Amino acid sequence: MKRTFLGEFEEIVLLTVASLRENAYAVTVTQELETKTGRQVGFSSVHTTLQRLEEKAYLTSVMGGATAERGGRRKRFFTVTALGQKVLVEVKTVRDELWSTLPSEFQLTNG
Amino acid sequence: MKKTTPPRWATKLIARFAHPDASEEVQGDLLEMYEHWVCVVGPARARRLYVLNAFKLMRPFAKNTKSQQYSKTYSFSLVMIRNYFKIALRNLNKNKGYSAINIGGLAAGLAIAMLIGLWVHDEFSFDKYHQNYDRIAKVMQTVTVEGVQYHGEYMPAPLGNELRTQYADDFKYVVMSSFNDEHILAYGDKKFTKTGNYISPEAPHMLSLKMLQGTRAGLKEQNSIMLSEGVAQVLFGAENPLGKIVKLDNAMNLKVTGVYEDLPYNTEFRDLTFIAPWDLYVATQNWVKVALEGEQWDNNSWQILAQLNPNSTFESVSRKIEGVKLKHAPHTAYLKPALFLHPMEKWHLYSTWDISGNVTARIQYVWLFSIIGAFVLLLASINFMNLSTARSEKRAKEVGIRKAIGSLRGQLIWQFLSESLLVVAFAFVLSIWLVVLLLPAFNALADKQISFLWTSPAFWLTGIAFCLITGLISGSYPALYLSSFQPIKVLKGTFTLGRFSTMPRKVLVVLQFTVSVTLIIGTIIVYRQIQHAKNRPIGYDRSGLINVEINTPELRTQYNVLRRSLLETGAVVEMSTSSTPPTHTSFNNGGFEWEGKDPNFKDNFSTVAVTHDFGKTVGWQFVDGRDFSRSFSTDSTGMVMNEAALKYMGFKKPSDMIGKYMKWNGVTFTVVGVIKDMLMDSPFKPVEPALFMVNYGWANVINIKLSPVLPARESLDKVEAVFRKLNPGSPFDFRFADDQFEKKFSTEERIAKLASVFASLAVMISCLGLFGLASFTAEQRTKEIGVRKVLGASLPNLLALLSKDFMLLVTISCFISAPLAWYLLNRWLLSYEYHTEISWWIFVLTTFGALAITLLTVSYQAIRAALLDPVKSLKTE
Repeated sequence: MKRTFLGEFEEIVLLTVASLRENAYAVTVTQELETKTGRQVGFSSVHTTLQRLEEKAYLTSVMGGATAERGGRRKRFFTVTALGQKVLVEVKTVRDELWSTLPSEFQLTNG
Repeated sequence: MKKTTPPRWATKLIARFAHPDASEEVQGDLLEMYEHWVCVVGPARARRLYVLNAFKLMRPFAKNTKSQQYSKTYSFSLVMIRNYFKIALRNLNKNKGYSAINIGGLAAGLAIAMLIGLWVHDEFSFDKYHQNYDRIAKVMQTVTVEGVQYHGEYMPAPLGNELRTQYADDFKYVVMSSFNDEHILAYGDKKFTKTGNYISPEAPHMLSLKMLQGTRAGLKEQNSIMLSEGVAQVLFGAENPLGKIVKLDNAMNLKVTGVYEDLPYNTEFRDLTFIAPWDLYVATQNWVKVALEGEQWDNNSWQILAQLNPNSTFESVSRKIEGVKLKHAPHTAYLKPALFLHPMEKWHLYSTWDISGNVTARIQYVWLFSIIGAFVLLLASINFMNLSTARSEKRAKEVGIRKAIGSLRGQLIWQFLSESLLVVAFAFVLSIWLVVLLLPAFNALADKQISFLWTSPAFWLTGIAFCLITGLISGSYPALYLSSFQPIKVLKGTFTLGRFSTMPRKVLVVLQFTVSVTLIIGTIIVYRQIQHAKNRPIGYDRSGLINVEINTPELRTQYNVLRRSLLETGAVVEMSTSSTPPTHTSFNNGGFEWEGKDPNFKDNFSTVAVTHDFGKTVGWQFVDGRDFSRSFSTDSTGMVMNEAALKYMGFKKPSDMIGKYMKWNGVTFTVVGVIKDMLMDSPFKPVEPALFMVNYGWANVINIKLSPVLPARESLDKVEAVFRKLNPGSPFDFRFADDQFEKKFSTEERIAKLASVFASLAVMISCLGLFGLASFTAEQRTKEIGVRKVLGASLPNLLALLSKDFMLLVTISCFISAPLAWYLLNRWLLSYEYHTEISWWIFVLTTFGALAITLLTVSYQAIRAALLDPVKSLKTE
């Protein structure tokens, strides 16, 4: 099987987009990441990552309608493609497999 | 809460430089984030974060993906280019006849241009073999008599030393030189007549001779000689020539001290096949010694060459030395002698002057032929353009379909340009082949040794640049024109070329024929001028007349023995000696006195020393008086003059002078006869006043009249036997007066031949074009002809219909070229003092000739079209 390249940051951005469903655009993704991870996330890196994921065809995007709050500028909403979902599942499977091989006490001490 | 705004400049920056695909949402997102940051971290940090992120999101070099998607074309991809060439090749293949005309015509034009280019290159590279090319000069002088200026390279002997000592700062070398002349070189029993020169020992350094053996310092010893490679080869073969003894002119034994590489054909000194030291010349020739030691400043008989020091310029040194001769020979002041340096760069192309001092030299022929070459190339390009546009209607449908399925105009332009470039490339290859094939013949015609510049990058660059330019220019018109067709009109079939669409083509045909007809008229007139000069009465009989140079003491002293032996063979009618052969004069003298001479008259006559038998040998014709005769002892101081001399002295009747005296150098001559003018010098100039005096000592050539009864070969064998016996030290070399006379026309004949070659090629190329055009017209009008035939048009009607247009065009060209040719050639003819007139019939004849050629070219196509069965031509649709 061809190996999928998905960096750690890319993975969580992709996951966040998936979790935000219809309301995933650069701002919400950044804010969601900040609240979920509690760390400072650079907006520009989120933006760049979203574009890169779209180039890799894990995401697709559409422009939303005109809005009032940001000078009438439209938003670009992202959704995860079927390929993106498949990649996410693959990554999860690999992790699960690895987890399942761990001794139980490791799980306990960390749990 | 107070509403804050992000820094405006950062907003502008990101609006300007964001990724064009994401510009809108990035700006929006950033604004939203800014408000978020204001809430979370406060306005100050928010501003900082805003600016930072704005910078990070700049993508100043990103391109819009949408525009990229649509602008991507395949015009320059390999596949498309290959397709262009494939289409081009198919088109060429489909119309084999036109392709052949196109490529052949263009190749002929290119080949001519290339040959002329090679010739011009060779002319300009003359003498560049010498390393000091840009610092060598010839010392020359001008004299001005009654407003007429003469240029000469004959210098007084003491001038060399004067320049060497007084102007040592300016001159690196000053080299004295006798003129290149024929001498006999002998080694063992091998004897050859070779041209060589006596020069000062610095000459090999100055001329940067490439020494194969020995050193450039080989002329220091008086009894030494340096040989060219070629001469060393024939004299010594495989032997080592160094140190061997060679006999010069059967009198001097000289040691070979060096062998130098043969000088190339395109150098002034190409005939310098051996060099002997100047000192030897002075030591063996008493008159030179006298001139040198006696400081004879008015005896101009030698050549002086010089090389300047790097700091001196020709102009400044010329100014310095201008008056040197006048200073030492003040009695020549009436001639206003002025010395100047003539740089080596100008020797070949700028070395003749007219009487008012303007350059009238070879450079004019270089210009003339360059212009002809450019015109021939232009004619070929015009053909190409004409044929391509004529075919445009045929390809209009192709253009329509291409445009309909999405070709852009630019792509079509490139397609047609690539097609014309392909044709030019074929023509280029063909023309190189032609040039290689024609080069030997061209060399013979132009008296050159040009070789094809296979290894010269400059040549290839010029050639390819030339082809590109020709291809682009001649391809541009069809490319721009064809690609402008509107697909709807073309495909609907309502497309017609407008009434004026043939106008440019017609103008081009007129231009072509104007050039061709001018060249034809030019050629005819040049030939007529030559014929005119050849038919000129020469005043003596040159058939069977030969001359032999006197180059050994044996020949000089045995006049009577030689004459008796020659007459005894029966192969010789008469023999005499003279100072110059009858085809040449080389001595001019003044200072004659006669009865009734105006004391202010500065006389100048050609002087020829002859023997009693000279008249009978050359067969001169008397107007009055009698020939020299041995039966009058007073004839040893007798004189014969020509009619020109009589007129020059201001006498009308020959009897005014006959029996009168002429005093010269203390000798009183008695005029015994007046002859008809003998044409000895240029056949294009008036005969100079000449005086013939009996002098057995002043003899340089032996003139022999062969018997007309015996075959020339047999007579010559007998003459040779006599010479072998009496003059064993030298080979028997002779010249026919006929050949010598012919040589006087060599420049003009060369021009005539070249001009006729170019003219016929120009006509050929023009006719090729006409042929192609005619066939197209005929093809286009097939239907019209069919209808006319059905309605009863006869063959002559149709022929007239099809040829009329072309005849009109050619007639117009003739009317343009007649005054043009008259103007140009009249100027050319005026440069000859003895010249033919341009008569009207030449123009009439050329016009008729051009029309006849046009008719021939066109009628083939016209007859073919007119004979076509109307049923067939009307059925096709």
